[in-house]
This record gives sequence, C-alpha cells and structure tokens, in this order.
Amino acid sequence: MGQPRLADRGQAGGRRGRSRARGDRTRPRWPAPAVAALVALGLGLLEGAPGQGAPDRAVILATTTSTQDSGLLDLLVPLFERRTGYPVRTVAVGTGAALRLGADGDADVVLVHAPALEREYLGTGALIDRRLVMHNDFVLAGPPADPAGIRRRPAGTAASALGQIARTGSRFVSRGDRSGTHLKEQALWKAAGVVPGGDWYLESGQGMGATLTIASEKRAYTLTDRGTYLAFRRRLELGIVLEGDPALANVYHVLRPDPVRVPRVNVAGGRALEDFLVSPAAQAAIETFGVETHGAPLFFPDAGKPEPE
Amino acid sequence: MALVGDGLRQAFWLLAGGDADVFGITLRSLEVSGAATGLSLLLGIPLGVALALGRFPGRGLAISLVNTGMGLPPVVVGLFVSILLWRSGPFGFLEWIYTPIAMVLAQLVIAAPIVTGLTLAAIQQIPDRFRVQMRGLGASRGQLLWVLLREARLPMLAAAMAAFGGVISEVGASLMVGGNIRGQTRVLTTATVLAASRGDFEVAIALSVLLLAIMFLVNAALTWIQQRRAP
Repeated sequence: MGQPRLADRGQAGGRRGRSRARGDRTRPRWPAPAVAALVALGLGLLEGAPGQGAPDRAVILATTTSTQDSGLLDLLVPLFERRTGYPVRTVAVGTGAALRLGADGDADVVLVHAPALEREYLGTGALIDRRLVMHNDFVLAGPPADPAGIRRRPAGTAASALGQIARTGSRFVSRGDRSGTHLKEQALWKAAGVVPGGDWYLESGQGMGATLTIASEKRAYTLTDRGTYLAFRRRLELGIVLEGDPALANVYHVLRPDPVRVPRVNVAGGRALEDFLVSPAAQAAIETFGVETHGAPLFFPDAGKPEPE
Repeated sequence: MALVGDGLRQAFWLLAGGDADVFGITLRSLEVSGAATGLSLLLGIPLGVALALGRFPGRGLAISLVNTGMGLPPVVVGLFVSILLWRSGPFGFLEWIYTPIAMVLAQLVIAAPIVTGLTLAAIQQIPDRFRVQMRGLGASRGQLLWVLLREARLPMLAAAMAAFGGVISEVGASLMVGGNIRGQTRVLTTATVLAASRGDFEVAIALSVLLLAIMFLVNAALTWIQQRRAP
C-alpha cells in the first residue's frame, strides 16, 4: 500500500529505465506470460458471450426470487433456449424492481406475481401483452411450537392469523423488499387492521429462500409461496400453520415492455419467450415440476384460463 | 443519466433531512466495520510481527496461507461463518446468527489476514542491518520490538485503512450472516442491494454516495496523519 508514484508515470519514455533502477519496491512486476494469459482469457470471454444459433440476441427475463429459488426457471429456460436458440439472461429481483426493469426497457420480458401493481403498469401503457401463466398459493409458515396459537383455530383466515401474531407479539419475518410476496403480506396486514412494527416485526429485505432461513433460525412466522417453502422445507424448522384461504392465491403473469416506448428492447425474443411460457410444452413442464422431488406440484399451469377475481 | 442526477439529489436530501433510517444504517456500518477493523488490528499485528521476526518450522506455509487469506472471497467467509453459527451448526447455541456480532466475526475473518500480511511486509521492509545494530547497541527484545513497530507505523496505518476499506464495502458476508434485517443488521452495502432489488434506484445511488463519502473521509483522515508524520 505504498503511495502510487504518479510522477514516475509522467516521465515515462526515455527515462523509464532510470526510474525503474531507482527502485520502487512496491511496484508489481507483471511477467509477460501471465499478462498474455490474462489477455487471452479476456478475449475468450468476449468471444464466448453470444449464442451460436441464428437469433443470437439475448432475451433478458426479469422475474421474482420465488421462481428462481424454487428451481422452476432452471427447467424452463434451457427448454426455451433449445427450442428457439435465444440465450436467456435471468435477473431475479423483487417484483417491484422486475416491473420497473421491464418498464424502462432494461428487460425484455417480466414474469411476476403482483396483480395490483401489474395493472398499474398496464394502465400507464409501459407494459403490454399481459398473459396468465400459472398460480400457486401462499402459506403461513411458523415455528413448530406455534406461539401465536394459529393451528388451534383451524377455521381462521390469513388476516385473522396475522392479527393473532401481532396481538401475541410473536416474531414475524417480512420480506420488506416490495416483492409480490411482500405486497401480498401488506395487503393481509391491512385486512387484519394492523400496522406491523416493533421488536417482533423483522424485515429481511432479501429473497424468499434467505427469508425462510432467517425465520427458521429466529423461530418466527413468515408468509411464503408454497413453491419456495417446499423447495427449502428439508432444512427448515418451520411448518405450515395456515393454508387454503382464497386470499392467499399467488398468480403469475408474464408481461413485456411496449417497444414503441422503449425501442431498444429485444421485441422478437421477448415475444418468443412469452409465447413459450404459455405454450403446451412449457405448461406441461410447469404441471409436473417438483412432483418427483417434493411429492407435490409447486405450480399449477393456467395459460388460456380466465383471469381470477 | 437522469437517474444519477436524481440519485445525487435524493442523497443530498436524505442526508440534509437527517433521515433516521439512513442515519441508523450508516451508524451500524461504522460500528460493525469499526469493531471488525479494531479486532483485526489486535489479532493481525502480533501475528504479522511473529511471522516477520520468528523462525519456526511451517513459517513459509503460514505466510502463504496469510497471503492467500488477504484475498478471501467474502461470500466464502459468509458461507462458512453461517454454517458454523446456524442453529444446526456447532456454535448455534450462541444464537449469534443474524446479529451484528456475526457480522463483526465474518468481517474480522476477512480483515485479519489483510492486517497480518501488511504488518508482515511492513516489518520485513526494515533492513536486517537495523536490527543487528539495535541488538549491538544493547537493546532488549522488548525495546527492539517497540522500535521496529515505530518504524513500521506508517505502513501499518495503511494496513488499517485497507482492512477498514475492505470490510465496510463488503456485501456478501454481511448479507449472509447478518440477514439484512431492518434496524438490526442492515448496513450501507446490504441496504444498497435491497434498494436496487426493490427498484428504488435513486435510494441505491444515494446510499452508494454515502458509502463513498465515508470511505473518502476515513481515508483522508488517515492519509493526513500519515503525511503529517512522514519525514
């Protein structure tokens, strides 16, 4: 961490040899083979980037952490790539960010699960061509001891369960990241007439997988989509304390930016990915995904069905 | 580019308005990384001195390990500290996971090799003749050590700067072992990741500017001390 000798740089050229000779112990000497190897590596990366097929412009898919964490995309994306030749770059973020990436033209397709927020973007015209892809449901997961006693009142709704958690001051971990799950959770608190806050209410600001792990370690309740819960169940000390309330439906739509507003998007690639997600092949893959590993499907295909609500 | 302008404007208002959240996050960053740097100095300086002056079997291997450790990937540190501290892990009973203590621990693992390695280099750059002369003049071991440390104090200040800069800007380990819990383990870097994933790019830029400003101030202060004392 010696002071960099900018002066030496300045007087490079003819006197370079002398300044070297004066000696700067901290200056690293790069052996020629190492430099050559690094340059070759860099060139290799540049060359390898685009796909080999005819349509080689990558499709950027902005989606939620729940589809990524459950492993569904690891199945669907290679299937799409093989069928069409478009390479896909997946960005897994909260639903809020995914929609914004799409609206700004930084993503070509958006796969999200926050119907109210999606309608806002449709309303402004930033996103278009919204299609129903699939659904699963949210469940309320909690520690086996169930300190808020939610399992003891089996007929309760999700909102009443959250009310109980608040009343008993039992710990609850919120995503707090404006994801589809977080938005659903906020709607449920509103229905419960509770403004969550205080020592018992933790906001992880992370994806579903990390949030489940935190809830398990902190012996807390959390709202999770069933898919991620099942994918993580084996290493969690969390059980489902409430499920089946119609208010817990979790519906996924695919949308894409309006190419008139943001011309730089990959229109053909984006449309191809949308078409693929609602195609019989993808829908069949969705239907069977997870059955083998988790004993139950994680998502239910919905393409072509009427909109819920 | 409009985004950057908005971000800078928002950064100004977040700071000028004394936003309680941002203030708390900044304070937590300074606390955690300050504690980790302090502990890494307590641990790294004696280790570095021992490696520089000692002659023992396995010294070469130890130095290689320290040099490797200077570039430990934070996510690897985060993963292993998590595994140790999870309730299913050997130190789970401490209940440290997802607390600031866990973050200090992870950052200490990242910073200690940096301090050790740079201390080692700082002591070794003092010519051997100097030591021989000191011994010849009748200096005791303790006196010799003291003089060597005084001689090496400026490079060691640089070590402290490198360690602090490394841990306060680190995000992988803090996210994994801290959990980014609001009001508890949320620091500037993890808050930036969150703001970006929420789509709050202005806030993300504001937090980045704040982080850069802190690093600049700390480094400027240390550089000022260094330059003032330099011969």
